[in-house]
Amino acid sequence: MATHDTTETTDSTTGATEEAVDWKTKLRYFLNSDFVRSSPYWGIPFLLMGFAVYGGIGYNLAVSFTDYAGIGRPEFTDLNLEMYRTALADESFRQAAFQNFVLLVGFTSISLGLGLFLAVLIDHGIRYRETIQTIYLLPMALSFVVTAQLWLWMYSSGDNGVLNVFVTTLGFESINWLGNPRLALAAVIFALVWQFSGYAMVVFLAGLQSLPSDQFEAAKVDGASPTKTYLRIIIPQLKQASVGAAVVLMLFALKAFDFLYAISGDYRPPNGTDILATLMVREAFQYGQWAYGAAIATLLLLLSLAVIAPYLVFQYRQGSL
Amino acid sequence: MSQSTSDTNLDVASVVEDVNLRRIGHYTLIVLFLGFFLLPLVTGIMTALKTNQAIARTVPFMPPLGEGFTLENLEYAFDRLSSGFFNSLLMAIPATIINVLLASMAAFGLTMVKWRGQLGILVLFLIGIFVPYQAVLVPLARFWNNTFPLADMLSPLFVTVPLLQGYHADLVPLIITHVAYGIPICMILFRSYYQSLPNSLVEAAKIDGASVTKIYRRIILPISKPMFGVVFIYQFTQIYNEFLFSFTLISSANSPESPVTLIIPAIGTSTSGIDFGIRMSAAFLAALPTIILYVAFAEQFAKGLETESA
Repeated sequence: MATHDTTETTDSTTGATEEAVDWKTKLRYFLNSDFVRSSPYWGIPFLLMGFAVYGGIGYNLAVSFTDYAGIGRPEFTDLNLEMYRTALADESFRQAAFQNFVLLVGFTSISLGLGLFLAVLIDHGIRYRETIQTIYLLPMALSFVVTAQLWLWMYSSGDNGVLNVFVTTLGFESINWLGNPRLALAAVIFALVWQFSGYAMVVFLAGLQSLPSDQFEAAKVDGASPTKTYLRIIIPQLKQASVGAAVVLMLFALKAFDFLYAISGDYRPPNGTDILATLMVREAFQYGQWAYGAAIATLLLLLSLAVIAPYLVFQYRQGSL
Repeated sequence: MSQSTSDTNLDVASVVEDVNLRRIGHYTLIVLFLGFFLLPLVTGIMTALKTNQAIARTVPFMPPLGEGFTLENLEYAFDRLSSGFFNSLLMAIPATIINVLLASMAAFGLTMVKWRGQLGILVLFLIGIFVPYQAVLVPLARFWNNTFPLADMLSPLFVTVPLLQGYHADLVPLIITHVAYGIPICMILFRSYYQSLPNSLVEAAKIDGASVTKIYRRIILPISKPMFGVVFIYQFTQIYNEFLFSFTLISSANSPESPVTLIIPAIGTSTSGIDFGIRMSAAFLAALPTIILYVAFAEQFAKGLETESA
């Protein structure tokens, strides 16, 4: 930078050539900068990802403003909001959005709570800790599709469905878990909690282990009970871990399409468990209503962004971006 | 567990007193949750090994005894799934390798070297992790089917490759798709690792006049071997287990190039309902590769999840 400054201030009489040199030096500096030198490294992956993600979002947005139904090419002319109006007026859309909300909040809060509980349970000096942790986390290694099959059998409505064996042994009538619209969503949430609470546990465990130990010692000296120590001192410090886990869990919930498709083996999930993701795929790929599907997808994207934006701001403030 | 207060290296737990009664309750809870997490898996395995009569007559979580035991369901499911296994691996292995390499490069370019405006690019990557796939399905289907039918172009070429058929070319768009959408999350996993490395490492190399390429090849690549393991296991599991992209680009479970996740929901279904013996067998066979990987590398797997949310 120093030489650059001097060339600029030395002379103005031989303007033209000096300026050319200056321009060349600047270019050389630019080409030698870390930005340019490192650009192949981040640039190539960025272009590929950017084209797929942001190009995809842009195209999806454009299609959502048309009335494209799968034939020919989608013709984008103006901001046609017809599909969005249809969506907001559609009863099945509103129901899916409501169920989506219940799934999002229910699944995330239960998984977080259970994950925290499991983490505290395991964080003591217990035996076989590693093995226990591995088993608690095991469902995470399975795909949505496999989990859906296991729980289809758990919830099977016949007398020998796994849960119904318990129910009938206790002397109750067997229950049609997935067939009952009032129970189905809770059943789906429960199965998803089974698959993902181990994930929350791992995140909380990492958080617990990163805490310094001297303050707990101080709490003990002060005579605080274990419960009090956890509630007042330990858990409040897990904010960073909770926020991270919550965001990832919420996005699992928004993606629960795989699970719902696999549990029904069809576009239509069990009674009362339709969410925006399933509605979108059904409209676009079963009925060929591409523009309508794209509009639902845009609304789903907005929902996700509403989750991510505060998270990004939080991360930025914590200095971890 | 150490109880002495003089111990300077006390962990959270040892501060909390353990009374014997509390200890028993504690272990009871742990065992109850072991049951909770294992029950669906255990009943699934038991059912996979039973004849249809035994499934109808016995309690689901009881092991198959005597005449109730059979391997027929597993054999049938394996027959139906074997091509799917091949397709899944043919898709997941190359996709994961390319993905991990590109992600490591991106993370290097965005952490080890500093420049202005980096944060903007980083945020774009971060949002890329969270975008729901539904928001890109319509463009994806159109792009690979109409705009750029890569599979059609490649299929004549694929016939000439041993072990492969023309229809396997359909997996190429899927591989590229998985790579593109997998880059952000893998990049973040690598980035958190690179950030934990001491700054002096790169600074010293720079002062010695090493170029960016040299720093990456000679310092960063060798040092990130453990992280390559973590990200590979994490991402292989993700891609092998993925359903929606395959569903959108291949759509039919009966297509010869279907990966396993697409085939399972279509297996063991008849007019009289679901044959759970076959369905559970299929589910377990399909899950086997990731379960084995998980049990063998549980620590690396957990590490991937930890960094994901951090």
